Amino acid sequence: MSRRVVVTGVGAVTPLGVGAEPLIERWAAGECGIVDGLGGCRDFDAAVLLDRRSARRADRFTQLALVAAVEALAQAGWADGAPVPPERAGCVIGTGIGGIGTIEDQHDRLRDSGAAAVSPLGVPLLMSNAASGAVAMSHGLKGQCFGTVSACAAGAHAVGAGLRMIQHGDADACVVGGAESALTPLAMAAFAAMAATSPTGVSRPFDARRDGFVMGEGAGVLVLEAEGAARARGATPLAVLSGYGATADAHHITAPEPSGDGAARAMRAALADAGRAPADVGYVNAHGTSTPLNDRSETAAIKAALGEHATTVPVSSTKSAIGHLLGAAGAVEAVATVLALRRGIAPPTVGWEQRDDDLDLDYVPDSGRALTRNGHAPVALSNSFGFGGHNAVLCLEAA
Amino acid sequence: MPIATKEDIAQRVHEALVEFGAEPGAIVPEARFELLDVDSLDLVELAQIAEDDYGVQIATEDLKRIETVGQAVDLIAERAG
Repeated sequence: MSRRVVVTGVGAVTPLGVGAEPLIERWAAGECGIVDGLGGCRDFDAAVLLDRRSARRADRFTQLALVAAVEALAQAGWADGAPVPPERAGCVIGTGIGGIGTIEDQHDRLRDSGAAAVSPLGVPLLMSNAASGAVAMSHGLKGQCFGTVSACAAGAHAVGAGLRMIQHGDADACVVGGAESALTPLAMAAFAAMAATSPTGVSRPFDARRDGFVMGEGAGVLVLEAEGAARARGATPLAVLSGYGATADAHHITAPEPSGDGAARAMRAALADAGRAPADVGYVNAHGTSTPLNDRSETAAIKAALGEHATTVPVSSTKSAIGHLLGAAGAVEAVATVLALRRGIAPPTVGWEQRDDDLDLDYVPDSGRALTRNGHAPVALSNSFGFGGHNAVLCLEAA
Repeated sequence: MPIATKEDIAQRVHEALVEFGAEPGAIVPEARFELLDVDSLDLVELAQIAEDDYGVQIATEDLKRIETVGQAVDLIAERAG
């Protein structure tokens, strides 16, 4: 059993604002939500956007997911409940780290006041599956529910897991996404210690001057449904999630395999899953972290996967507009890709100016451009790669 | 630590329950915690507040015996006295 799966709703909270529209609108306009070297969700106020009980029972990463989910479900027409039996609706939300802000706060309490001062909400807030559990509870989703944990590929793995769940018939719909809020002293110090983050605080994916990623926070949520059921109830598909491929580098705990072989295999697998060929691809939403290693190996991977077509395909990264949202990145970028396809545009790699040796793809400098159609609806790949050697690629097509 | 009156304690319990998300108007002495959507995790936090503010020790076993707002206030007041 394999069914076509469509996206019927999207939601996002990012440094460009609360909502999926500000994300695509501002990114397409070449704007950047990074301030003082950090991609914080400055417009996000849980006290305003969530009820008191939900807010205090959720770490910030879960709060972000809850708000993105409300938006996505409303767009899908699920505001009054899922259109399928609750037991047929799944929920998979990934995260890279989980509730690290809670861990740091509770560790302060333990150190300063002893074990008795540690909150009974510590575990339910910090656990990495908290966002999936909270979103499922908020909306009565009673099918398969879990979190995916694969660093910066977690959001894409969550989307892929939901796709397989529906294709295989384990569910008729699945709310998927990713959430991260790790702009905390410990997380920032730890990423800086490994020289992963930009010492200049500037994200410039694929640019010769790139010197690391800029940390960001946020959440992206998508509602996936079996196409037949979605159309039968009169839902408007925003895009088709036509393929998914995932692989491991098995090379190094943080460095990508230099040839990009693992990433290329994931891209090929996603295309094969979708029944598409390299020539069909009209846009690649790159992982594009702005680290020296990723952007070089990803460029090699795109060339390996798309062959002679690689240089003709616009490749852009969302990360210089919002920062690197770690475990949320894959889901937020899937949301952005869905909306780019709907608008028929390839948004720009904001800030790209200087070509690096061997990084010779079309990184969409300056401003976005129209997607070319080779006689069919545009097909896009969204790449996500994570520390640990995780590669997850989604294939999305205009509905 | 200054001596707390029962009224002080009732006020502090009320504040805590509002903070936990209970509907303020529904917080009356006879209100049962389950109807206020206050669960065992909230009660552990309430016990921590009682210890911080009044130096009162409330064990997990004690929490299993209290079912209403009034019973919580009485327990804290009794131990604080």
